Amino acid sequence: MPKPNEKQLQMILEDMVVARTQAGRLWNLQRQGQVGTIAPIDGHEAAIVGAVHALETESDWVLPQYREPLGLRKYGPEVLDTFMLYNLGHPAGGHIPEPVKVAPSQISLGASIPHAVGLAWGMSLKDESGVVLVFFGDGASSEGDFYEAGNLAGVLKAPVIFLCINNQWAISTPTHLQTAADSFASKAEAFGIPGLTVDGNDPASVYEAVSEARNRATSGKGPTLIEATVYRLGAHTTADDPTRYVPSEDLSDAQKKDPVHTLIHEMKERNLWSDAKQSEVETAALERIDEAFEKAKNTPLSANSLMDHCFTSDTERQSRQRSFLMHSIGESNE
Amino acid sequence: MSPDNIFEGANEDEESSSESNPSERKLGYGAAVVETMAQIMREDESVFLAGEDVGAHGGVFGYFRGLQPEFGEDRVVDTPIAEQAIIGLGIGAAVQGLRPVVDLMFMDFICVAMDQIANQAAKLKYMFGGGATLPLTITTAGGAGLSAAAQHSQSLEAMLCHIPGLKVVMPSDAYEVKGLLTSCIREDNPTVFIINKRKLADTCHVPEELFEIPLGEGHVIREGSDVTVVAIGRMVDEAKKAAEKLSGEGIDCELINPRTVQPLDIDLIVESVSKTGHAVIVHEAVRFGGIGAEIASQIQEQAFDYLDAPIGRVAAPFSPIPFSPALEKHYVPDAERIVTSIKNLF
Repeated sequence: MPKPNEKQLQMILEDMVVARTQAGRLWNLQRQGQVGTIAPIDGHEAAIVGAVHALETESDWVLPQYREPLGLRKYGPEVLDTFMLYNLGHPAGGHIPEPVKVAPSQISLGASIPHAVGLAWGMSLKDESGVVLVFFGDGASSEGDFYEAGNLAGVLKAPVIFLCINNQWAISTPTHLQTAADSFASKAEAFGIPGLTVDGNDPASVYEAVSEARNRATSGKGPTLIEATVYRLGAHTTADDPTRYVPSEDLSDAQKKDPVHTLIHEMKERNLWSDAKQSEVETAALERIDEAFEKAKNTPLSANSLMDHCFTSDTERQSRQRSFLMHSIGESNE
Repeated sequence: MSPDNIFEGANEDEESSSESNPSERKLGYGAAVVETMAQIMREDESVFLAGEDVGAHGGVFGYFRGLQPEFGEDRVVDTPIAEQAIIGLGIGAAVQGLRPVVDLMFMDFICVAMDQIANQAAKLKYMFGGGATLPLTITTAGGAGLSAAAQHSQSLEAMLCHIPGLKVVMPSDAYEVKGLLTSCIREDNPTVFIINKRKLADTCHVPEELFEIPLGEGHVIREGSDVTVVAIGRMVDEAKKAAEKLSGEGIDCELINPRTVQPLDIDLIVESVSKTGHAVIVHEAVRFGGIGAEIASQIQEQAFDYLDAPIGRVAAPFSPIPFSPALEKHYVPDAERIVTSIKNLF
C-alpha cells in the first residue's frame, strides 16, 4: 500500500499542528462570546489530515461533518476563511468558493452520506476521474442515511470513500451503546464493499487506507468504508461538559496516545521536526486564524441578506415580504 | 391494485384546460410524463432519472416505461428501496451540475424521505450561502381514488408548501403534465412534481414539442361572474362538472386552477374574488391545515371588502383514507359536494 514519504509526513504534521493550535484559539474566541458553538478537533487531527493528504484536491470532493474544517488546510486558505465566517453565523460562511471541492459543514448527522453517493454518481455520469470522501462519526453511523447510502453506493459502485471517525463518543453515548457490531467497519459487509479499521491516531495508516480506497474507487471498483479509531480528547462541543461522563482514567490513557504529540515525538526522533519548526508553525497558525477572524468580522452583513438564497430568485410573495421587512427596519432593499 | 390496467384504460372524454381543437393530437396524462422525460433526456444529457422500479418496469404506474431501453441503466437508475438515499443521490448529483429527476413511488413516501427533502434539498442553497444550485425534480404519485388505502393515497402538498425552498407543482391534465414537468426539470430550484394517479389514463390535447408552463402562474379555466372556484389537481375535473351543473341553475362559476401551489398565484385568485365576491376552494387533501386554509386566509387579507359570504372549502374529512372503495367514494370530494358548498354561499 502507498505510504506517505518523509516530505508528506512533514506536511501532514504541519497541518496537524496548525489544526490543534487554531482549535485552541477558536475555543478561546467561543469562551469570549465572539463566535458560535464549536466542535473541537482535538484528537481527530491525524485521521482528518492523514485522509485529505491522500486525496487530489483538484478532482476529489470532501464532505465534512462539523469537526473537520481546521484539518482541511490542504484544500486551500478559502476553507479557513469561510469557516471563520461560518463561526460568526455569516450567511457567506457556507459558500466555499469554486473550485475548492469542500462542502460546508453538515450539522444534520449522516445526511451528507447520501449526497456523497450522488456527487460520486454525478462524477461517473460526467466521466470525471475523482472520488468523494465523506466524513461522519460513530454516532452518525446509526442513522438510516448511512445504511441507505452505503447500500446504494455498493450497488452503483460509486466512487465514494466513507470515512467513519470513531472517537468513542456520540456526545455522551459510548460506542457499546451505539452498536452491538464488532466494529463500525464490519457494517461494510452488508453493503458488499470492503470495510477496514485503522488506527486513526496514526496519519500514515489513515493515508494508506484512503489511498487504497481511492485507487479502488477511481478504477471503477466502487466504495470503501474506513473506520478510523481515535479518542475524543476534548468536549463534544463548547456546549458540552465531558467530565460528567468520560472516565478520567480513559481520558488520561488516550492523552498518552495524543496523535499530535506522538507524531511530533516520532518526527523529532527522525530529525524531521524540531522545536524551532514547531514554534514557527504555531506562530504562523495563530496569525493566520487571527487574520481570518478579522477578515470575517469585517465582512459586511446586510439585513437584506436575511431572505437570500432560499430560491435562486425571490417569488413574488418573498419580494413583498422582503420589502416589508426592509421598510420595517428603515432600510432600502437595494 | 393493478396500476398498469389503470394506465392503459384510456378515458377519452377529458378536455384540456387549454383551448383544445378536436383534430389536434391527444395524449394520456401518464403518457405525457414518459414523452416529456424522453424528449428532455434527448436534448439535455445532464438529465437522469433514479428511483424504485423506474428501469425495466418503467415505474409501477408505467409513466417511465421505455426510458431505460433508450437511455440505459446509467441514466435511468433502478435504486434499492431507500427513499432518503434516492433524494440524497439527487441532491449530490444536482450540486455536481446535473439535473436529476428522482422518483418516490407514492407521495406518502415523502414522509420516509422528509429529512432529505425538508432539511437538505430545500435548504442546501441557503446553507451553502448561495454557493450551490439544486436543479432537482422529485416526482411522486399522489391522490386517492384507486382504493390504495391510507398509506398510498394521500395528498400531502400542504406539508411541502410550508417549507421554504421547495416549489410544489400539481398538474391537473396531460397538457399541464408536459408543460409543468418541462419547467420543473429546467428550474434551478428543487421542485416536487405531484402526479395524480387517478388521472393517468385521461387524455387531452398535448403539443408534440416541449413547452413550458411557468411555475407560479395559475390558469383561469372558465370565466364567470358569481363565484370563484379554486380547484387543485384532479379536483379541477370535479369543479368543471360542478360549474356546468350550476350554470343550468343560474350560478356562473369562475374556475381557477393554480397549477403550482408553491409559489401560489394569489394575485389571480384575488383579482377573481374581487369580481365575483364569493370563493370556494377545492382539494383532495384534508381540510384542516390544507392549502385551502392558506388560500382562504390570503383572500381575506387581500379581498375582504369584496367578499359577500364566508369563503367555502371542499376537502376531505380529518381521517385516514379508507381502503374500501365504497367508503373511499364518500371520502374524496366530488362535483356534488362542490355544488352543495357553492349553493350554501347564496
